[in-house]
Amino acid sequence: MGPLKKPPPVRRIVVDEEPTIVEPPKRNGTTEAAKSGASGLLSAPRKREGKRGKVRERMRTDALGVAYAGKPAVKAVSLTVNQGEVLGLIGPSGCGKTTLLRSLNRLVDQTPTASRSGSILIDDQDVDLLDVTELRRQVGMVFQQPNPFPMSVFDNVAYGIRERGSRRPSRAALRPAVEEALDRAGLLEEVKDNLSHPALRLSGGQQQRLCIARSLAVNPEVLLLDEPCSALDPRSTSLIEELIMSLRSEIAIVIVTHNLQQAYRVADRVAFMYLGDLVEYGDADQVFGAPKAKRTREYVSGGFG
Amino acid sequence: MRRRFGLQKAGPRNRSDQRAELLLGALACIVLALIAGMIIFVFEKAWPSFSHNGLDWFSPFAGGNVDDELVAIFQSPSDASNYVYEMHAWSLIYATILITATAVVISTVFAVLSAMFIVEFAPQPIRRLLEPVVRLLAAVPSVIYGLIGILVVVKFFNEHLITQSARDSVAGVAALNGFSWGVGALILTVMITPIMIAIVVDALRAVPVSWREGSVSLGVNRWRALWTVSVRAARPAIVAAAVLATARALGEAIMLSMVTGSVGFQPNPIDGLIFFVEPARPLAATIVDNAEGLSVVPFAQTLYAFAAVLLVSAAFLSFTGWYIRRRLRRYTLSPI
Amino acid sequence: MSTHATGGGRAAALRRRLQPPRLPRPRLPRRDRGVLKKEEIVPWSLGDKIGLAAAWFCGLLLCAIAGAIVIYMLVRGLQYLSVQALFQHPVILSTTQSTGTAGGYLDPIEGTLILTALGTLIALPIGVGTAVWLSEYGRPAWLARAVESGVEIVAGTPTIVLAIFGLLVFTQGAFGFLSFTAEGGAVFGRSFFIAGIMMSLIAIPLIVGATREALQSIPAHVREASYALGKDKISTIRRVLLPASRKGIATGTTLGMGRIAGDTAIVVLLLGATPIEPQGDIPVLRVLQGTGSTLTSYVYNNSPAGEGNAPQKAYAAAFVLLILVIVMNFVVDLVSRRRSDPWAR
Repeated sequence: MGPLKKPPPVRRIVVDEEPTIVEPPKRNGTTEAAKSGASGLLSAPRKREGKRGKVRERMRTDALGVAYAGKPAVKAVSLTVNQGEVLGLIGPSGCGKTTLLRSLNRLVDQTPTASRSGSILIDDQDVDLLDVTELRRQVGMVFQQPNPFPMSVFDNVAYGIRERGSRRPSRAALRPAVEEALDRAGLLEEVKDNLSHPALRLSGGQQQRLCIARSLAVNPEVLLLDEPCSALDPRSTSLIEELIMSLRSEIAIVIVTHNLQQAYRVADRVAFMYLGDLVEYGDADQVFGAPKAKRTREYVSGGFG
Repeated sequence: MRRRFGLQKAGPRNRSDQRAELLLGALACIVLALIAGMIIFVFEKAWPSFSHNGLDWFSPFAGGNVDDELVAIFQSPSDASNYVYEMHAWSLIYATILITATAVVISTVFAVLSAMFIVEFAPQPIRRLLEPVVRLLAAVPSVIYGLIGILVVVKFFNEHLITQSARDSVAGVAALNGFSWGVGALILTVMITPIMIAIVVDALRAVPVSWREGSVSLGVNRWRALWTVSVRAARPAIVAAAVLATARALGEAIMLSMVTGSVGFQPNPIDGLIFFVEPARPLAATIVDNAEGLSVVPFAQTLYAFAAVLLVSAAFLSFTGWYIRRRLRRYTLSPI
Repeated sequence: MSTHATGGGRAAALRRRLQPPRLPRPRLPRRDRGVLKKEEIVPWSLGDKIGLAAAWFCGLLLCAIAGAIVIYMLVRGLQYLSVQALFQHPVILSTTQSTGTAGGYLDPIEGTLILTALGTLIALPIGVGTAVWLSEYGRPAWLARAVESGVEIVAGTPTIVLAIFGLLVFTQGAFGFLSFTAEGGAVFGRSFFIAGIMMSLIAIPLIVGATREALQSIPAHVREASYALGKDKISTIRRVLLPASRKGIATGTTLGMGRIAGDTAIVVLLLGATPIEPQGDIPVLRVLQGTGSTLTSYVYNNSPAGEGNAPQKAYAAAFVLLILVIVMNFVVDLVSRRRSDPWAR
């Protein structure tokens, strides 16, 4: 046995010293230089595949409020959901963003203690006047935890199409639609060989993409995503983010995320909520770069949340 | 005491633990011993009846009138070499199968639909009322069902559903007086449905909320979502409930003996509507009816033969239910 | 800028110019149009509507049947039940006497109570012990599986088979002390003891099931904490696990008691159908060695299916039995009411 090796140097953390302040690097291409509140978020260039195309309003909320057993969870929120862009809902836990999302497809109505005020309009039609199954066909939802049904991959994707009609289409007739949906979700290559594989045996990222394919199979106009990547590894996360970018021109997308970096990468417009209030709502560049509200500035720079 | 890290020998380390384990094990073995004893004893007593009749005991083609045969056995002379054993029990077996199968099939459909109603469609006040009511119905003793059956349902069938011409048409063969297998199956359905409802409701409620939300948010209406996701996921529980109900139905002796007429007649579907009001005699009810005759040896052995058949069926049902549950569990997430 | 003469004039033209251009509706490929035609996509198909109607029908029918049974028994029972009859001994009517409402139900009520208590007392230690062994020890594995199967078979066995087995076993000479032995050496084989033992077989699977569930729901950290304190297995079981599973044990026990109280087949075969007639000499045990009747066998015997044809008495006794069962049910509910998880950390 040779001489004992020197122990690694001990780094002492001195608590009282002043922290060194690092100037954020200059950003290129944006209009306002963000002096205060500029976070390190903005140093990385934002991935944008192509420029944003034409936008068209699909859904709108007017002073929407949701309360659970009298306690308000969402207070007087007005925003629009446009096709051609991605709306990101950000905010700390418990701020009401998931409740807002779930009210868009009337899923909050399933909770007995919930009550809604204000109105939600889809294509200028009041959501309460529309048949709720028809609404949910048009407004699809992908949940935080992947929830594929205990059936095969084919049956999962074909479920929405099969269970909506009076006639049961044959497997051959369904196959092109299923494959198309899987293709749009980016899963076809991986499951092409065996569509009868039980869905529960796929990996987490594959299951989540399967759920997206399942929602896409019924051709929704709007897609709501409730923290879809929070349970997934980075590779699956990036796959799903690319998927969102590619779907954006055809479908209006709303994504709830507590991951600021993800919102920064993916969203075109951002709504920041805090304790049920819509604090700030605007273009992503503006909300992240030059937030108007102090609270937004604090949240975006990591001050709380 | 040497201490070994890593894998240590499992097992009791001291005397009192060992004693306790032995004691508890012995207690557990009492149950096992009782069962084994029961099976062995019953079969041992039943053997003469089977051996004297061979396969004719079960055969549907062997003929013979069960009632007459039972009387003959009861009256058999008291020396062992002259015991009468002749028994063709097919009418009893047929009646048992008929009543049990009818009751279980109707009850399964009824129970699944009612469970779906309770879980999803019932308005809140009705739901709050129904759940204790179902539990109560499950706990009502069978003799009360039998009482209502004999004093109300049989009378109703007799007075309102059986016409004189119907009675005349079978006058030579059987008496249609309301005591029938139809009444028995009807009341049996009412008896076993609440148990099934309780099990199916629990199973429907145990389906993960994520699946329900997932199906509903695809734009599928409530009925379809419930049927294609929840009921499908609850299939093992439905099978288990059906098997439990079948076991209960098979063993129902008291209520059936009160309402089925105790006549060893084989109801014939070709008779048309009268089929439902023809009397019959299931196995378990026969044992109850004839329990006084146990002092006569061959009679007792015949009754034990009936009991042996019931015992085998009950054991068979347990294993069938377990096997089917295992097969259906392949695609579900349930941990059991 | 052109003003359309038949339009609205300058104001309208101005409005039109200031409005943002209407974007053409994007051509989304209607993929599912190829699979289902538009008229086939209906929110509620015919099959769904029939199913919904069937579910409602079954639910309401269930309510109606339950209501009918309860109301009918209530009406008849109150019609025929006189309160003092509850405390009178039944009159033994000879067969030639007309059936009246003479006599009371004290003996059957006592019989039910005695039998239920006896059956539960026998079942409880055996059931809990078996459950503890299955859940905490369970060695060797084949024996544990055999015991489990055995318990399940008992649970599924018809009570009439248990009754007849009881008759078979307890008419042997060796068990003469449990009941009455006639002069010729023939053991009568029917007594409270014997019925109680067979009744316990009904309750044991329920107690075993409920106790096992309760024991298995105790998380591992509780057991580990106890072992870490140096306690051996049996004291852990006695001091920690069993008190924690009290609720489960109570649920199983009351369920078992309910089933015992409601069972008729074993009583009819194994108890004789007499008012309580003690046999033997030992003060308390003589009651248990003797024959008797319970509410269930009383109802059976007084119905048209039994010997005495006194439907009024049958109704009254059935009413008392129903009340008893409802009360026991209520107790089960109370005992097993779900609390918030006591083990949540």
